[in-house]
Amino acid sequence: MVESRALRWFLKGSTAFTLSFIYLPLFVICLYAFNERRTPAWPIPGLTLKWFEKAVNNPGVRDALWTSVKAGLGATALAILLGSLAAIAVSRHRFFGRETISFLVILPIALPGIVTGMALNTTFRTWGVDLGLFTVIVGHATFCIVVVYNNAVARMRRISGSLDEASMDLGADTWQTFRYVTAPQISTAIIAGSLLAFALSFDEVIVTTFTIGGGQQTLPIWILSNLSRPNQLPIVNVVAVFVILLSIIPVWIAQRLASGAGAGGRI
Amino acid sequence: MSSTSNADAPPRESPGRRLSSYLYRRPRLRLTGLLAAPAGWLGIAYLGSLAVLLVAAFWRLDPLATKIVHDYSLDNFRTLIEEPVYRTITLRTVGTAAAVTITDVILAFPIAYYMARLATPRVRAALVVAVLTPLWASYLVKIYAWRIILQEEGLLNWTLDPLGLSGPGFGKYALWVVFSYLWLPYMILPIYAGLERLPSSLLEASSDLGAKGFRTFRSVVLPIAFPAVVAGSIFTFSLTLGDFIAPQIVGTRQFIGNVVYANVGVAGNLPLAAAFATVPVMIMIVYLLLARRAGAFESL
Repeated sequence: MVESRALRWFLKGSTAFTLSFIYLPLFVICLYAFNERRTPAWPIPGLTLKWFEKAVNNPGVRDALWTSVKAGLGATALAILLGSLAAIAVSRHRFFGRETISFLVILPIALPGIVTGMALNTTFRTWGVDLGLFTVIVGHATFCIVVVYNNAVARMRRISGSLDEASMDLGADTWQTFRYVTAPQISTAIIAGSLLAFALSFDEVIVTTFTIGGGQQTLPIWILSNLSRPNQLPIVNVVAVFVILLSIIPVWIAQRLASGAGAGGRI
Repeated sequence: MSSTSNADAPPRESPGRRLSSYLYRRPRLRLTGLLAAPAGWLGIAYLGSLAVLLVAAFWRLDPLATKIVHDYSLDNFRTLIEEPVYRTITLRTVGTAAAVTITDVILAFPIAYYMARLATPRVRAALVVAVLTPLWASYLVKIYAWRIILQEEGLLNWTLDPLGLSGPGFGKYALWVVFSYLWLPYMILPIYAGLERLPSSLLEASSDLGAKGFRTFRSVVLPIAFPAVVAGSIFTFSLTLGDFIAPQIVGTRQFIGNVVYANVGVAGNLPLAAAFATVPVMIMIVYLLLARRAGAFESL
């Protein structure tokens, strides 16, 4: 150990400090969801479950949740399709401009969301496409492709192309090889990628504000538009906790799928 | 398929099978089939949209009506340079991005160092998950949580009150804390990955040669970790430059993003918005070129 005793204590202390900095706001918001009082003053006087019931029965929340789920599923489906096609092309073929594909896929999340949002908004308006659920799905799919693509490419790099060749040598055609050889090997990576894509879509705000139509709201947009209404805040707290859970749980599952457990053991 | 029932018979030529052999003999066509959809979506639809946005930056708004005139000039860029308000907003945004980046380096370095060099493998794995997970917890909810903490009757003022102090309220300091909070994991993870590659033998050699802790840090650890720090700063910098939600919720002044958003929507001056949106993009291009020279891309 090169680090001195004092330094080790300092590092331990800073680590504890930074971790509590990261988690404190998340705990605070979870606690507020059970706040007995309507106003968000600290300390909270007592705990209650009544806001959960109110949130569940709130038609605005229900509509927004339903819109979010539809947008997330639509965007994820498109991202799976486009991301896996691009991943197979890039990892099994050599061609001019291969590097460009990786760059293109990353671009929508590398650029500030406002640029992507505005660009799509301008295009939709120029072509006379009405803003609505469809345009939200298109917007979300654009930046979700990258997570499916990255997961699939990483997996394709680890599995050998010789298995595909062996399958072809044994008389299987392209479709059979994909169905029985390639797909089972990359499926967990694609599932992991699509869970991440869903989580990404589910709490996206910026691109959504530029692509959603007037009458509709996704759950994060619902939160954004209700922040300024004091009597809605208790319900916002509950929805906030719900959104945290619904974005963390898929990621947690995805991490388990993408790491060793799903990769080598099942083949 | 049918061939399993009679292994000696040649496989029957179904249409799918014929297409498969056809494609096998023409890898170019096969590749085109694979790439058509993703490349069309991103290369034509998305890049095309970005191009339209760039072109729109040179259009102008009809001074009388609210109609966009498609003739090309540098007027929007001239407005951005000549109007002091836009210069102030740009400087404010870039200044905040810089402050947030420095804060995140200071907060991230110790925890990343602890994770990479002192923690046992078990603790290290747990810490990676602990840092990574909040990255996915809703970004909007995190800003909202800070709004609740920082408000007049919130947790922070309640904690500081017995000491006779009070929090900063909403404004630039609140925004600085919230941005630093939001992007912190993006800084911790690259630095952790960079420090993990630091060989222990180098630290030992440094101390054998008589270097004290700080000297070792400055001459050995920092040069090796520098590209990773720059890699992390790409995220903290770029994400702050483009954000307009946090300034809306915990800030009091406008950022580049707010002006752009207002001009797309309420003010209806799309050309000016498009021109202003190119500012963070250009800053990021310069930043990325500098970062590449610092070797940051190998640390991503």
